[in-house]
Amino acid sequence: MPHPPAVEAVDLVKTYGKGNRAVHALRGITFHVAPGTVFGVLGPNGAGKSTTVRILSTLAAPDAGHASVAGLDVRRAPDAVRRALGYVSQRPGFDPMATGRENLMLQARLQAVPARQARRRTQELLGRFDLLEAADRLCRTWSGGMQRKLDVAMGLVHDPRVLFLDEPTTGLDPQARRELWDEIARLARHEQVSVLLTTHYLEEADQLADHLLIIDDGRIVAQGTPQALKAALGSDTVRLELPDRGQAEQARAALGALPGVSGALADETAVSARVADGVDALPGVLAALRRAGVRAGSVAVASPSLDDVYLHHAGRRFRETVPDVPTASTPGSTAASASTTAPTSGGGGREQVQA
Amino acid sequence: MSAAVVQTRLLTVRSLRRLSRQPALLMFTLVQPLVWLLLFGALFQRISALPGFAAGRYLDYLTPGIVVMTAMSTAGWSGTSIVEDLDRGVMDRTLTSSVRSTALTAASLIHQGVVTVVQSLILLGIGLVAGARYPAGWPGVLALLACTVLLGWAFAALSDAIALAVGDQAALIAVSQFLTLPLTFLSTIMIAPGLLPGWVATAARYNPVDWAARAARESLTSRTDWTFVLERGALLAALAAACAALTVTAYRARRRGR
Repeated sequence: MPHPPAVEAVDLVKTYGKGNRAVHALRGITFHVAPGTVFGVLGPNGAGKSTTVRILSTLAAPDAGHASVAGLDVRRAPDAVRRALGYVSQRPGFDPMATGRENLMLQARLQAVPARQARRRTQELLGRFDLLEAADRLCRTWSGGMQRKLDVAMGLVHDPRVLFLDEPTTGLDPQARRELWDEIARLARHEQVSVLLTTHYLEEADQLADHLLIIDDGRIVAQGTPQALKAALGSDTVRLELPDRGQAEQARAALGALPGVSGALADETAVSARVADGVDALPGVLAALRRAGVRAGSVAVASPSLDDVYLHHAGRRFRETVPDVPTASTPGSTAASASTTAPTSGGGGREQVQA
Repeated sequence: MSAAVVQTRLLTVRSLRRLSRQPALLMFTLVQPLVWLLLFGALFQRISALPGFAAGRYLDYLTPGIVVMTAMSTAGWSGTSIVEDLDRGVMDRTLTSSVRSTALTAASLIHQGVVTVVQSLILLGIGLVAGARYPAGWPGVLALLACTVLLGWAFAALSDAIALAVGDQAALIAVSQFLTLPLTFLSTIMIAPGLLPGWVATAARYNPVDWAARAARESLTSRTDWTFVLERGALLAALAAACAALTVTAYRARRRGR
């Protein structure tokens, strides 16, 4: 590998408590994050996501195993690791009694950014996260979405090489969530920041992560690109609606004759078939239909979802529950963004074990 | 080292700015001592007729003690902001950045020092209006402020260390309930040394609050025994330093992770 991995974790083990009451937060987790990518850690509450991030960001010590960030060992060189990383906690990390600009300036200066540069960086980040208008108002008057963006911006003041985001969009409304996703994706694509984010939203993992680690009960249950994880489950389904009646059997025969297509089925007005990759197969499918003289109305390609992946590996449904809490302007409430944690445990009766 | 100094300055500015935006909080902490000062001062004004009171008026005797007591009880809540920072993500962010543990400790103590000086001056002013007199003048007031700040530092650092170790507001409440009141009454804040029962006098000898109260009173008298003030000041400084070291250790322990 030309570059060292942005993050490397080897056999991380972490147990809280002792004896019968011990909580096994991590039972041996190994992975690495390629530089300049978004790496997603997906799992229900209590799976060990936050513990993993806390170990990598020097906030917790593993009982066994080792980890490095930007090539630096988190236990042996914590100071250097702290300079290389930006950490955005699940909970708000700004001072509500300070303005957005003051928060960013202080954080930059505390990270040893010289004053002039800190002012420039503050202005730049306020602009990029669309916070300029509110920049000089006290943060406690900001909306939950703005506060969350400020948290992420504060993690970036010192140009870290690796950014840790612990459930960055929990409690945000859909629009604020999408804005944050765009910004996170941009960071990795255009600024070569490696991002490790934890989430319990399947959609978020699917949208953002170049590579995905699915953990459950302190163990890795699957990892790979979201596409590969889903592809590994097998085939996509292509389904074509047929506006002209009586052509279904013709269409089924045409599809069935194509290489790589299996299980073609027809009913009165539609035909469906399984293919390895729906998008790849689509031109061939449409051409075959045209040759057979069948006109297709709508076409749909359904891939296995991450929920299917989770079900396959963890043996139960993930059951995504996205609390679409409207967190728009609530003056006086300081922690709108952090107060909501979605109960996403699939197995029932699982506890949150993050320290 | 210079990084730690810059960080200390930045963090102190932050906390003082926060204080300046919520000045009412500072005033709330003055309500109780005002009651003590004005009510006790009036209630027990004739107590100074008893043998053992050198000062002529009870208010002259009581005021420096109330100043010391206030510094202690306010400082005992210093850890509250640490508990808040722990509850929010602020402490996580701080500990994952390059901030030194010494800078975090020093900033908290400087903040506490400013609060102590402001509170003490307000109380001395109110005492003056109520009729107390400070014959030693400004040199005496400065010595009193120094002793009071040192005591405040010791309690603030202890409070910070407990907040960091336990991370729980309940622990701080316990400290202030079980520490500050007994320490107040096992001292000469209210009553002259000669009138203390034997075992209380013994306890008072090892009570830092009493060191500060005696030094503060001595500083304001017309013929101050500076050796006495310096001795007690040195004891208080040593205690404050030990408590500050405890806080730095507590920060480092948090950083090492658990």
